[in-house]
Amino acid sequence: MNAAGMAPARLTRWIIGVVVGGAFLVPLVGTFLYTLRDPAGGVTLAHWASLFDPAHAATLRPILLGLGNSLILALVTVAIVLVVVTPTIILVNLRFPALRRAFEFVALLPISIPAIVLVVGLAPIYLQIGRALGTGAWTLAFAYGITVLPFAYRAIQASLDAIDLRTLTEAARSLGAGWPDVVLRVLVPNLRQGLMAASLISVAVVLGEFTIASLLNKQVLQTGMVVVQKQDAFAPAIFTLLSLAFVFVLLLIIGSVNTGSPGARVRKNTTRKAS
Amino acid sequence: MTIAPLTAAGPTTGSAAAVSPEAAPRASSRGAVASALAWIGLLPFAAYILLFLALPTILALGSGLFDDAGNLTTENLAALAEPTILLVFGNTVWLSLATAVAGSVIGALVCWAMLGLADAHPMRRVVDAGASVLAQFGGVMLAFAFIATFGLQGVATLLLKDALGIDLYADGPWIYELPGLFAPYIYFQVPLMVITFMPALVALRPQWAEANLTLGGTRAGFWVHIGLPVLAPAFLASLLLLFANAFSSYATAAALASQGAPIIPLQIRAALTSETVLGRENLAGALALGMIVIVALAMWAYSAVQRRADRWRR
Amino acid sequence: MTAIDDAPRGLPRTADNALLAEAGTGTRVEFRGVVKDYGPTRVLHGIDLDIRPGEFVSLLGPSGCGKTTALRVLAGLEQASGGSVLLGGQDVSGVPTNRRDIGMVFQAYSLFPHLRVVDNAAFGLRRRGVGRTAATRRAGDALDLVGLGHLADRFPHQLSGGQQQRVALARALVTEPRVLLLDEPLSALDAKVRVQLRDEIRRIQLRLGTTTVFVTHDQEEALAVSDRIAVMNAGRIEQIGTPEDLYLRPETPGVAAFVGLSSVVPATVSGGIASVLGATVPVVGEVADGEAEAFIRPENVRLGGPIAAVVQESTFLGSMRRTLVRTEQGAQLWLQHPVAERLGFDERVTVGIAPVPVVVRPRG
Repeated sequence: MNAAGMAPARLTRWIIGVVVGGAFLVPLVGTFLYTLRDPAGGVTLAHWASLFDPAHAATLRPILLGLGNSLILALVTVAIVLVVVTPTIILVNLRFPALRRAFEFVALLPISIPAIVLVVGLAPIYLQIGRALGTGAWTLAFAYGITVLPFAYRAIQASLDAIDLRTLTEAARSLGAGWPDVVLRVLVPNLRQGLMAASLISVAVVLGEFTIASLLNKQVLQTGMVVVQKQDAFAPAIFTLLSLAFVFVLLLIIGSVNTGSPGARVRKNTTRKAS
Repeated sequence: MTIAPLTAAGPTTGSAAAVSPEAAPRASSRGAVASALAWIGLLPFAAYILLFLALPTILALGSGLFDDAGNLTTENLAALAEPTILLVFGNTVWLSLATAVAGSVIGALVCWAMLGLADAHPMRRVVDAGASVLAQFGGVMLAFAFIATFGLQGVATLLLKDALGIDLYADGPWIYELPGLFAPYIYFQVPLMVITFMPALVALRPQWAEANLTLGGTRAGFWVHIGLPVLAPAFLASLLLLFANAFSSYATAAALASQGAPIIPLQIRAALTSETVLGRENLAGALALGMIVIVALAMWAYSAVQRRADRWRR
Repeated sequence: MTAIDDAPRGLPRTADNALLAEAGTGTRVEFRGVVKDYGPTRVLHGIDLDIRPGEFVSLLGPSGCGKTTALRVLAGLEQASGGSVLLGGQDVSGVPTNRRDIGMVFQAYSLFPHLRVVDNAAFGLRRRGVGRTAATRRAGDALDLVGLGHLADRFPHQLSGGQQQRVALARALVTEPRVLLLDEPLSALDAKVRVQLRDEIRRIQLRLGTTTVFVTHDQEEALAVSDRIAVMNAGRIEQIGTPEDLYLRPETPGVAAFVGLSSVVPATVSGGIASVLGATVPVVGEVADGEAEAFIRPENVRLGGPIAAVVQESTFLGSMRRTLVRTEQGAQLWLQHPVAERLGFDERVTVGIAPVPVVVRPRG
């Protein structure tokens, strides 16, 4: 059944797949080949090996330092998403349904406010934060929470829409559960997909963020790569491939966890029944 | 929440009389406390948004209206009309529009190629994951990948030169200037399109295609008379989103164009970090204002078209 | 989505309704040994069906019996794995759907959302090259036929389910197809709308004389509107006959159980006579002697008779009552009786079975 002529022929699918897929693989394969380049000609694994070479560690320091900061930032950002954003979404859906549209507007606002614009206004604010909380890179998480807000919101709201929030809460309350129990024992387990998706997208965004970090003079993975690029062109390329692979595998995992659990994405298409 | 008496239909004051006098104040005070607590529950998020979204935005946009002495001035806004700045705005719009169109068309083709595959189909899963990753692919990493492949010493550049005698940069290192941004931008536009547009394509009902056939229509005719008209609003909405996305991008260009500022975001960087010209921070604010106007317009148009697209899908 | 009240039933407003004026005599439709496989699974086992011009035939059966598959093979939306389909004596097995000159109404969601009702209805004509004015006029006539002429300028999402299906019907008929195919068109509708619309479909079909194939799982629906019914089960046709044939003379247990209500009661067969709960009744067809199960219709069971039983439940159906009783041997019997005879739970009664031939199925 090929959707009665809407879907393309197998050959067409293949052609599109190969052409577009091929075009998208070129930069990635190119980067990989680049990391194997021997300046004297030919192929070498020296660049990959140099990652573990202690003598090389000094040059790589900005990247490793930045990576450490980025991982901490990812953690703190996910914490903000889970501890500040999620309860608020649940609260709005439960208690303030009239505010839902306004809330959605606010949550999606960061898409309309580019990071480069935001950072112009964040500079004075971070000056104050630096005085109060120190100049550690982790404070960037506050800004990052805003950057990931639209994606986190969409993932969690979609998950909420798929379960009957009101009925579940009322059932739990009528059985005597207090609010913390309701949220932690009833709602969160059912929102697992949305929360995982939100967390993993947040990690991906934080690892790839550059704009705000660089203009606020903090050291993260991406700024580290830019610095190291000037001395060793190969290390950034290697780290690019590594983070890409890491995030890809992460998202494949969410994808497979998503299918076949409560609140899985609802099919809008009518399925053909053989009868 | 107050317990509604059986005689009352709504929040009318007369209904209070039906409830016992002692129960009413207790019930309503409990309800009032619960409501107050609920409102307090919104405070953390509200404070967070205020401090890290509203305030920076106001500061950013507002700074364009002042000079360093703190006086209101229009000279920053006037600077926006300078020919060099206007040219950069034009270039940024052109870059965003071109990559949005290219991204939309290619992305739509990819979505179409996946039409009819079940959600759990391995190809579909790979493309979905791949699109998610590439859409979030940090601009810096993307730039490095392109430099490694197509840079002056890139793998593909050298391959073309040695094997086919084609020198990509015979006319200059354009990859580090405006033209060099097109390919990387399309690279993240296409995945974004796939993510945004796929739901619309999947919502095309097979019954329409079958009805079209039974009524004597052709497969090509299906797209002309039904498929494309129905998809047009969603396609336009996605295109606007892609435009806003490209216009807002900074990291890719920052990593590629190390000198010069061919697009507005880089102009903002130059204004913020300028060592040669003093008092340019407020110009950054004015540039930010200009940027926001364009992006906000695109996003407003996007939501308007999106609402129209949903009208049929209810 | 606002539902708009239905208009008066389908009557043409203008005296010269183009569609009615051109009503013809219909086309003959034949299934010859149609077989359909999905991979290793055989879904249709050689369907043979001869539909006369202008006839209204229903394909009736439970989910999964293959009735929709058979219809889709006729439409050309599925390819038969074997056998052939003929329209007007011509083999159309190799002809693509859009050249078979058919009209089809789907279960739901088939109206094009971006077109107004009248443009939906005119779609088939426009694809055949009919000019806009002529197509709009004829579409208007078709909409008048289904009673929706006044809603021509609305969009599908502004109509109720029943109205949408009427538009789908008008759209299918306006091109004057050789055969009209309906794939469970009423299943997604409310009960009352279902009854209204099925009568209307039948009335329009009779006036136009179009050969019609109607797929449904609702036996009451099939009995009400069809000239003949083909009862299908597991990819085969079990019986083809008029509604009366199927109801009064079911030839297989499958048909007896599916069409109308039956009580299944243990019986012993000997020489063409079944002994059921002490009563003796003739048997339909040739059945071997031995233990069997008999299918008894409620209207053939009456109050008062030799069989002692206890009332399990009794339902008031408006024009009659239907009661379930349990005999001493544990058999459950449905009976239909006048409203005046009111029976209560656990009441002891006696019942008797009319000497009407019954269908039996050997046990074990």
